[in-house]
Amino acid sequence: MVNQYETTAAPRGEGAAAPRVDKAPPSAKELKSRTWRSRRYRWDMKFSPYAMLLPFFLFFLAFGLFPLLYTGWASLHRVSLTDPNNMEWLGFKNFTRLLEDEFFWNALKNTVTIGLLSTVPQLVMALGIAHLLNYKLRGSWFFRVAVLTPYATSVAAATLVFVLLFGRDYGMINWGLGLVGIDNIDWKNGTWTSQLAVSSIVIWRWTGYNALIYLAAMQSIPNDLYESAALDGATRWQQFFHVTLPSLRPTILFTCVVSTIGATQLFGEPLLFNDGASPTGGPDHQFQTLGLYLYEQGWVNLHLGRASAIAWAMFLILLLVAAVNWLIARWLRKSEGRA
Amino acid sequence: MRMRHRTSRQAVVLAAVAALGVGLLAGCAEDSKEPGGSGDSGKKDAKGKTTITVGVFGAFGLKEAGLYDQYMKENPNIVIEQTSVERNENYYPALLTHLASGSGLADIQAVEVNNIAEITATQSDKLMDLGKVSGVDKNNFLDWKWAQGSSKDGKTVALGTDVGPQGICYRKDLFQKAGLPTDREKVGALWAGDWNKYLEVGKQFKTKVKDAAFVDGAQNVMAAVHGSSENRFYDKSGEVIYKTNPVVKEGWNLAAEFAAAGLSAKLQSFTPAWDSGFANGDFATISCPAWMLGYIKDKGGDTAEGKWDVAAAPKPSNWGGSFLTVPEAGKNKEEAAKLAAWLTAPEQQAKFFAERASFPSAKAAYDLPEVKDAKHAYFGNAPIGEIFAKAAEGTPVQILGPKDLIIAQNLADVGMLQVDQKGTDPDAAWDKAMKSIDNALDQ
Repeated sequence: MVNQYETTAAPRGEGAAAPRVDKAPPSAKELKSRTWRSRRYRWDMKFSPYAMLLPFFLFFLAFGLFPLLYTGWASLHRVSLTDPNNMEWLGFKNFTRLLEDEFFWNALKNTVTIGLLSTVPQLVMALGIAHLLNYKLRGSWFFRVAVLTPYATSVAAATLVFVLLFGRDYGMINWGLGLVGIDNIDWKNGTWTSQLAVSSIVIWRWTGYNALIYLAAMQSIPNDLYESAALDGATRWQQFFHVTLPSLRPTILFTCVVSTIGATQLFGEPLLFNDGASPTGGPDHQFQTLGLYLYEQGWVNLHLGRASAIAWAMFLILLLVAAVNWLIARWLRKSEGRA
Repeated sequence: MRMRHRTSRQAVVLAAVAALGVGLLAGCAEDSKEPGGSGDSGKKDAKGKTTITVGVFGAFGLKEAGLYDQYMKENPNIVIEQTSVERNENYYPALLTHLASGSGLADIQAVEVNNIAEITATQSDKLMDLGKVSGVDKNNFLDWKWAQGSSKDGKTVALGTDVGPQGICYRKDLFQKAGLPTDREKVGALWAGDWNKYLEVGKQFKTKVKDAAFVDGAQNVMAAVHGSSENRFYDKSGEVIYKTNPVVKEGWNLAAEFAAAGLSAKLQSFTPAWDSGFANGDFATISCPAWMLGYIKDKGGDTAEGKWDVAAAPKPSNWGGSFLTVPEAGKNKEEAAKLAAWLTAPEQQAKFFAERASFPSAKAAYDLPEVKDAKHAYFGNAPIGEIFAKAAEGTPVQILGPKDLIIAQNLADVGMLQVDQKGTDPDAAWDKAMKSIDNALDQ
């Protein structure tokens, strides 16, 4: 910021100091060109941001809004992938049947439990890691890159490794448990075990990313707060709870929103965790998420209309979650104001 | 200094944006070529050569068997290009959308047997009638394979490449340990004619051998039983009968008994654990279609060298096999049809068998020496040509239906897998599988 002030301030001072030589009134032509220039300048200021944003919105129209609306239209029809141009009007039947569809409710339940199992430990651990990274460390740069590497690996590669780790007969985790006398666990076939395993992939991939976001927010907390807290005799823990956490509130809310959206759309990990990458989510649908159920209806069972209805249901659920988040944020802000 | 610093940063940003943009454009350009689509294939290049594109799934084998090279040598004005999608689950939905829109299609498209009924029922107006192409002779093919590739109104839209007649592959070392015969004739005689005898042999095996299972998984037993019956999930009028057909339940019950008796290694096909089971000797038998022999050899490797052999199955049965189709929307469909006819002719199918062990669907090939006298060194020089030809000729013409794949998948991966791996009660698992199938079929 300081740099900018310096560079812009210098010429202004120069201009003020130097006496003007030419005092003749500007010609009409020059006046015209001056107003033209200033108008162009104003237009530039006014419209260029929109022009720069335009490509994004064009792409959004083509690949975001249009599919969204078309999916909505398709969800009101019976459409088969064998003949996608032939749509038969159904009204809201695809939505009302979701209410009685036990596979949909199962998928929703799994999405919520896997979401909680992955998001909560992930954010708590990210906070802890960020706190540690915030200390003066030797080679802190290295650690920061290191925590981010899982985020940079592909879902497929990470999941395949985890499938091996959680293997029933030759998996490393069962081998480790065997050392302390625990029998082999069939991770994939149990409801809780499979959901834990899938969650662990999500946690492994996203903890570092959230830690870095928390770290950035922590570094913007003014040091005086800690100093005065220390003067008042606050321990490190008390500082963390009474200085760090309150200052991070907006950041925590942000990561909660982003993680919730990610959890609702969870797809790649449970798909690849199942042997043969079939979207059933295990033999008893025990880790089938909404994303997988959508995929199964659309691309395995070939019912595009039903799949579209699930997609819209997911969209509505996300809107609901966003509304709840907004309410919480507003309430937080209010209570902060009161305090 | 400061200014220069800034401009250089701007330059870096600009360069990065430009690179991204170029990358995106290049990506698009490559993509439009990728499907080997109808746009490309219509053109002839400078030398007047015609390019024919072939779309397949998995390691299909036509290219690997050297058949394309041979055709290009014999027809210097033809260039053949192949695009392959790894899994049929991803290949098939894309094929359907391409057929619906009439674009992005290769000149020849392969179709798997579990999808063939849906293709002939819903897509036959978009595919060429290959039955009328010169060089195609109905009498060359197995009757049932020909029938599977034909629509109701008698249009033959798909020509068979290979079929999947099954034998039982078994480990000689484990059979010896169990005090069972190891000679393939005698082994085949143990269970000839009845799947229940196969179960009895398994129980006998288990009393002697504790550290290995008798079969790889209960699902494969079920699929093998279902593959040996004329009726499976559909009846002749095209109605679904998976709930009421006694054969379906029979296969289910038998497989469940394998699981209950502890004869199964609880492995799911085409998973890493299953793969390593071939080398480790985790199971003594597996129902194996011809095309699986190469797979067992790959996975068994040196560790299992000289231990595997193959005998006849209790009843002739089929698993897998493929077809070739020529979409009407292709720009080179006449040339493509000629190539499809050539690829599925008996001589080429025999070569396909010799190179890849994919068993011919052209019965006229069974008398050719490449097939008749074929022996497999890895399986103790078993006369595989003879064994599988017998199985193929004995397999009844199975009535297929459009949703065969979904029904079979749910029965195996939702139903029987639970019984096998989780120990779910067979009746409860049957109900769950039925519910899952009903939901999948309900439009």
